[in-house]
Amino acid sequence: MDTTANTFPRLLLAHAAQRPDAPAVREKDLGIWQTWHWREVAQEVREIACGLASLGFAPGDNLGIVGANRPHLYFAVVAAQSLRGVPVPLYQDAVAGEMVFMFDDAAVEFAFAEDQEQVDKLLECRELQANKGGATVIRHIIYDDPRGLRHYDQPGLMSYEALRALGRAYDAEHPEFFAQRVAEGEPGDVSVILYTSGTTGRPKGVCQTHASFIAAGRGGVETDRLGPGDDIMSYLPMAWVGDHLFSVAQWLVGGFTLNCPESAATVMNDMREIGPTYYFGPPRTFEGLLTAVSIRMEDAARPKRWLYARCMALAQRVGADILSGAPVGLKDRLLYRLGDLLIYGPLRNVLGMSRIRVAYTAGAAIGPDLFRFYRSIGVNLKQFYGQTETCAYVCLQRDGQVKLQTVGGAAPGIELRIADDGEVLVRGVSVLKEYYKRPDATAEVLDAEGYFHTGDAGVIDSEGHLRIIDRARDVGRLNGPGGSCAGAMFAPNYIENKLKFFPHIKEAVCFGHGRDRVCAFINLDFEAVGNWAERRGLAYGGYVDLAGKPEVLALMAECIAKVNADLAAEDGMADTQVDRFLVLHKELDPDDDELTRTRKVRRGFIAEKYAVLVDALYGGRAEQFIETQVKFEDGRTGAVSATLKILEAKRFPAVKAAA
Amino acid sequence: MKHRKIGDVILDVQNISLAFGGVKALSDISFDVREHEVRAIIGPNGAGKSSMLNCINGVYQPQQGSIAFRGKTFRHMNSRQVAEMGVARTFQNLALFKGMSVLDNIMTGRNLKMKSGLLAQALRWGPAEREELQQRESVERIIDFLEIQAHRKTPVGQLPYGLQKRVDLGRALAMEPQVLLLDEPMAGMNVEEKQDMSRFILDVNDEFGTTIVLIEHDMGVVMDISDRVVVLDYGKKIGDGPPDDVRNNEDVIRAYLGTEH
Repeated sequence: MDTTANTFPRLLLAHAAQRPDAPAVREKDLGIWQTWHWREVAQEVREIACGLASLGFAPGDNLGIVGANRPHLYFAVVAAQSLRGVPVPLYQDAVAGEMVFMFDDAAVEFAFAEDQEQVDKLLECRELQANKGGATVIRHIIYDDPRGLRHYDQPGLMSYEALRALGRAYDAEHPEFFAQRVAEGEPGDVSVILYTSGTTGRPKGVCQTHASFIAAGRGGVETDRLGPGDDIMSYLPMAWVGDHLFSVAQWLVGGFTLNCPESAATVMNDMREIGPTYYFGPPRTFEGLLTAVSIRMEDAARPKRWLYARCMALAQRVGADILSGAPVGLKDRLLYRLGDLLIYGPLRNVLGMSRIRVAYTAGAAIGPDLFRFYRSIGVNLKQFYGQTETCAYVCLQRDGQVKLQTVGGAAPGIELRIADDGEVLVRGVSVLKEYYKRPDATAEVLDAEGYFHTGDAGVIDSEGHLRIIDRARDVGRLNGPGGSCAGAMFAPNYIENKLKFFPHIKEAVCFGHGRDRVCAFINLDFEAVGNWAERRGLAYGGYVDLAGKPEVLALMAECIAKVNADLAAEDGMADTQVDRFLVLHKELDPDDDELTRTRKVRRGFIAEKYAVLVDALYGGRAEQFIETQVKFEDGRTGAVSATLKILEAKRFPAVKAAA
Repeated sequence: MKHRKIGDVILDVQNISLAFGGVKALSDISFDVREHEVRAIIGPNGAGKSSMLNCINGVYQPQQGSIAFRGKTFRHMNSRQVAEMGVARTFQNLALFKGMSVLDNIMTGRNLKMKSGLLAQALRWGPAEREELQQRESVERIIDFLEIQAHRKTPVGQLPYGLQKRVDLGRALAMEPQVLLLDEPMAGMNVEEKQDMSRFILDVNDEFGTTIVLIEHDMGVVMDISDRVVVLDYGKKIGDGPPDDVRNNEDVIRAYLGTEH
């Protein structure tokens, strides 16, 4: 949009002036899509802001926001910003005990809640605060959905509509107030505090300014030419930086339409009705969709299955190239057109992706087959990279330059550097101002030159695209020739992820740091491999037996050979091909402390627990007996023992650096 | 946390006796239901709970006794009259149209509220269309209330049992009843579904002030959500009062533990 507006409230007012009657927000309510136009959004934000001010919300105050993606909660975000206050969206599924930390940390006195459930939680937080005798308590709670709250008489509780009425009265008395406050806002003001989930230690509040989020929003909007007429589904948690980037920053910069689903369970249906042009989903969402399609396809009649298989084979071969604009023969182009008519078009329609121009995924590694599937049926799926501290804006893939392995080149206004230890450093428009009230933590991640230390290890390829390999602290090095610690960079997660993309492999654990080659433990996926065995008429008597079958071992060896072939073709990865491996006799389990609760492998612990197996792998033995204690779900313990075969994996010579 | 005010007697059951041939299903049962309360009828299998509900509902005609609704006594009523007076019910074995969508099923509950005739409705002629839009809105409110938006267009037969029960409740609610009769709303449900259903029953009671009469043989659930409980055993009333009193009643304990009679 052509405007010099440099804060979010000013952007909103500019839209309201330039396109008052264009749709800004839609929400499905009582089965019907309700629309707010830009004029109405601006008016409602003004009323809420005035209402908050009349209750005593002052510049610099923080406004807690707890709930799903509701238009009123997005309006609250901009209302707080209009008063030079700071919205603090929180994950709505957190329990009161976790949430109260954020309320205390950010000294929140005003909060918006979606419904009764969240109000109950906020009241519980208030009680916890009162019991502790802390300095601040939540004084005002404003709720959106009044259902079930009619009889609540706790002090400070108010409905959204009541707040608006207060605001209208205040506005009538102080007609200059709102415009004045918006005029006072500075681009350098903090525009939002987003708490990082805190996998290590306490959550930290990431302070981002209007300037950085607007720059991040503008970069994305310009790269993908988003604007009025585009539609986006807002269905991911408001507290997540990605949603703030898409549904607030890009929304206000680009001026497209936000669409809020009826409920979390109806997203797929609502998506089909809206037909968004711009979409974001984490890899697991795309995976879930594909699984649903595959299952239904298997139930279809034989001729349909045949047609589907033929069309998908063609799409696999040429679809992605056609989408990227690469040269493709005329015959294939015509056939693809036909396939589009018969299969790809209807398929996109079922997925709610008929109108999609741009779809993004991020947050975790996406499987190659999955990525290729969507691109091959004509969905322009791309990846980006970023974290809360960088407004989720570091790298993004441009149209025509999409490569599976990388997350794209540096976004406009961003500088990338790789530190000597492989860590990705970022400097530029979107880097955080600070962690809220945590100068110590800020100093840890922001260096003197202004680089933010991402904690991720990566490499930049010949075209300037970033490839994320692993968490920096997990990356090690193989021993070089002569035993020095100077061999190839070893990224265990990277290799493990490649292995886990095979449906037959559930978990993998790779070792290699300080060794001369890479060895791996494999955990098979009992369900998938069991199914595979049944179809082959292979009898087995439980997990241990299945894991030891020569046929299963051969299957695993095949998977590893494929991964090795992949690694051989990548810059600097050829030396980290898996050399020897074994298939574990039990499933890795959080109950046995082998995985974290979020199912990440605890490599160090596993190496210690199964030290005999690691020694056997590196010691060149052909098999090894092991007995392991296991904890059952009911708390009893037992032992599992087996003699595991150790296999050599097929390795490939390094391919000359591929372009 | 209950805030609603319990009002006057809305339904008064006096000395009801019902027999099928030689089998006495109910003998001399009397109890009352007050406005806005949750009233439970419990008892072991075959105690006559459903028969009692069917009498109130006008499906069975008791040989003796009378039922007064808001002070007006009726000796003979058919189920349509009862429905028109604002009494709705759900069924133990579900009475839904399995092939129709959730939306349409709940819409059938609006039948009594529709004013245009069959022909006008079928042709969507004149005011019939406007009327349908209004009816649709109240149905949507119920869908929203029961949190079944995701299943709006799904044929009922494809839904899990717990959800079908919820749709059945929705169909009854569509009548905007003053009294809601629930026949074993939690039968065959798992613990989580039972908790959901209990919450919805209390929400209906709280939000719309609907008086609720429910039959249940799961004592635990009933004791948690009812204001007063009637206990039947072999067609006789053996207990009546607040849950705590009933729980300590010797006869009730004996009936439930199955010791000598």
